[in-house]
Amino acid sequence: MLNNLVNSIDPYLLQILVNIGIGIILALGLNIITGLTGQLSLGHAAFMSVGAFTGALLTIKLGLPFYLTILLSGSITAVVAALIGWPILRLSGDYLAICTLGFAEIVKVVFLNLDITNKALGLTVPLPPSFLPMPIIVLIVVVLAIIASAFIQNSRFGRALMAIRDDEIAAESMGINIARYKVQSFAVSAFLAGIGGCLYGHFLGYINPSDFGFLKSIDMLSMIVLGGLGSVPGAVFGASILSAAPEFLRFMSQYRMLVYGALLVFLMVFRPNGLLGGVNFTDLVLRKLGVKPHLATHKQEGQ
Amino acid sequence: MALLKLDKATIRFGGLVAVNGVNLEVEEGEILALIGPNGAGKSTIFNLITGIYAPTEGKISFKGTNISGRPPYVIAGSGIGRTFQNIRLFSQQTVLDNVLIGAHTRGNWNLSGALLKFLPAVRREEGRLLELAIHCLSKVDLAHRAFDLACNLSYGEQRRLEIARALAIEPALLLLDEPAAGMNPQEKQTLLTMVKNIREAGVTVFLVEHDMKFVMGLSDRIAVLDYGVKIADGRPEEVRSNPAVIEAYLGKGAH
Amino acid sequence: MFLQQLINGIALGSTYALIALGYTMVYGIITLINFAHGEIFMVGAFVGLLLVSVLKLNIFLAMAGSMAFCMIMGVVIEFIAYRPLRKSSRLSALISAIGVSIFLSSLAMMVFGANAKGFPSEAFPARQLHIGNADISTLQLLIIGVSALLMLALEFIVQKTKIGKAMRATSEDYNTAALMGINVNFVISFTFALGSALAAAGGVLVGLLFNSVSFNMGLMAGLKAFAAAVLGGIGSIPGAMLGGLLLGVAEVFGVAIGYSSYRDAIAFAILVLVLLVRPTGLLGRKILKKV
Repeated sequence: MLNNLVNSIDPYLLQILVNIGIGIILALGLNIITGLTGQLSLGHAAFMSVGAFTGALLTIKLGLPFYLTILLSGSITAVVAALIGWPILRLSGDYLAICTLGFAEIVKVVFLNLDITNKALGLTVPLPPSFLPMPIIVLIVVVLAIIASAFIQNSRFGRALMAIRDDEIAAESMGINIARYKVQSFAVSAFLAGIGGCLYGHFLGYINPSDFGFLKSIDMLSMIVLGGLGSVPGAVFGASILSAAPEFLRFMSQYRMLVYGALLVFLMVFRPNGLLGGVNFTDLVLRKLGVKPHLATHKQEGQ
Repeated sequence: MALLKLDKATIRFGGLVAVNGVNLEVEEGEILALIGPNGAGKSTIFNLITGIYAPTEGKISFKGTNISGRPPYVIAGSGIGRTFQNIRLFSQQTVLDNVLIGAHTRGNWNLSGALLKFLPAVRREEGRLLELAIHCLSKVDLAHRAFDLACNLSYGEQRRLEIARALAIEPALLLLDEPAAGMNPQEKQTLLTMVKNIREAGVTVFLVEHDMKFVMGLSDRIAVLDYGVKIADGRPEEVRSNPAVIEAYLGKGAH
Repeated sequence: MFLQQLINGIALGSTYALIALGYTMVYGIITLINFAHGEIFMVGAFVGLLLVSVLKLNIFLAMAGSMAFCMIMGVVIEFIAYRPLRKSSRLSALISAIGVSIFLSSLAMMVFGANAKGFPSEAFPARQLHIGNADISTLQLLIIGVSALLMLALEFIVQKTKIGKAMRATSEDYNTAALMGINVNFVISFTFALGSALAAAGGVLVGLLFNSVSFNMGLMAGLKAFAAAVLGGIGSIPGAMLGGLLLGVAEVFGVAIGYSSYRDAIAFAILVLVLLVRPTGLLGRKILKKV
């Protein structure tokens, strides 16, 4: 039935929708390390790459069930990120940024030289049989990623990340182990990037190490900055716009990237905090639902 | 046994000896003030105690355990809360969230807790932290501003919020770095009562402060620092009449 | 063999250094990673190529023309894309810079096409010199000489002139400099002009060296030069020079001992390793925690 539903959608539109979905997963992932924890990563495409190749190889060599492959790609990517993150997350600000960029370039070049990734030829990825059609799987992952991101943001874990983002010295004086939280958030972030990469590879049917270069990292970063850093709806919104933009700009064919570049400048100059920056959605929703006012009673008890 | 003990604590920055062989004990349940001219090394002592800097020489022990050179988060976790001379709030977050971050060490659930938010155990902990945070806010009379952004508070309120955030650690020792700075006399009076109440609740208070009236009215004991060296230590009236202290403040020949 | 590779490395490294200087100066003053800088280098190469092949200018005049053009372009870019964002978060300015970069490279592709262009052979008729057992081309000597000259000129401007003093003051403390009556806007424009001129010169030299100018040459060169700036300690002018030379030499030797397919990773591997040992780069200032 679901298959019929999916088949009834225009394939071109479906492709755009799946791209948007994968974009959202990637943006939500990057948002955790850059938006919440405040550590700029300019190399997130590398984690997407690790996830994509891990997923492809699990499917090709081991023929694992697709759901397991998705989960494993994310997990392996998270482990890789934790190993990389452990030494480099000590670096501050832009030094960390350039280090992530450097690692991404190294990963790309190494993959371009390995036999198992088929060097510069890339891999053709067969779509493994699964009960659900691909677009539905992407949709489910998107929903789960949104829920997980929202949960993280409003938790003890998320508060620690935001404390690190806003003031490291104050955060560690409150008992927060900065190094540990940075590595953990880097790993969670890479987990989503890995899953995004795995879905991307299986959906496209072909991956090449060169696909995951610097520009891909920048794509992800643009999504979350455009939407508004640290905001889950912002990441969803930014990812949707930027994943769809190249398609909508297609009629301009050759001017497409030109307009895209100018648009980025234009949007930043006029909305420097992102399109949804400064809007606190959880608060809005909670207030609408009347959840927050009940705290007022708490307050009176306290006084 | 003293709650906190500095044993010949020394720190050098390059050639500058900012704190030089300071011996100091903070007794459980007292309010101790550290005073001294600008640049005497008072805040540096706080930074040594909280682990922001490691002492070049000497030893600092808390509850009998050597904490010198331990990282700040471990020291905070062992029960030392602090405020900062230049306010360091998470200014773009709400007042409540600031205090909830302070309550960090009072919780256990991490990433798994975030993802399994709906589990009763996780919800119980969140509820407990929330109650603690509101309780701390009410101690400094800020509970009614819980959902305002920290940056929208007045200067005096921000100083009080820092105290609430430090209290959320449920510390045995509370370090206050110039808590009354920038407050008007009325606010200072309120603050005085608040700090006394905090001590009554069983928290030892160690503060750095410039306002002599405030210090005299609040402290059980006062230590004086000049050029990184402790020059006096005693009850307020003793310190007030100590010639070395007068000289440090007013220069030679003032008395 | 060793001498030969060393000269190759220094020639390549001095072009990295020329580009890295622009990154480091801009960063020193407004802490912005100017991602469009690599594109300015690319435009510089194209302008130089046009002046040589269309206007038949001599290579030195073409280089001067290209530097002048890019100076103006750098100032205009700062005015349009960065100045309005000076009070915003640094990430917004970074994204804006990336936007400029995408814009410029796609513009170049539209105007000049996707294929690489070469300089006409008469632009700089290089000869081979035999020094000991090394073959050194006069082109390499030209590159090293011009780079050294430009860096000396830069050092003179920064250390000995009034505007250089203003630049150093602004980079030390932006707000205090403004309070002291320094026209900070002018200093920033001037910094962009200087950096862009150096990048343009680098573009023409690299175009000659590899005899290839293409719309996407700015990306990798920009990234490596940025890596060089960070390696040396971002914000430090001697650091950028040192970092550029080191990366150039390391890359050439890496290729020479058989890692040619890892060529683009060498610079970054060195960068990462150095940062792990010295977290603020070779000549970067240590950051003291301020509480």
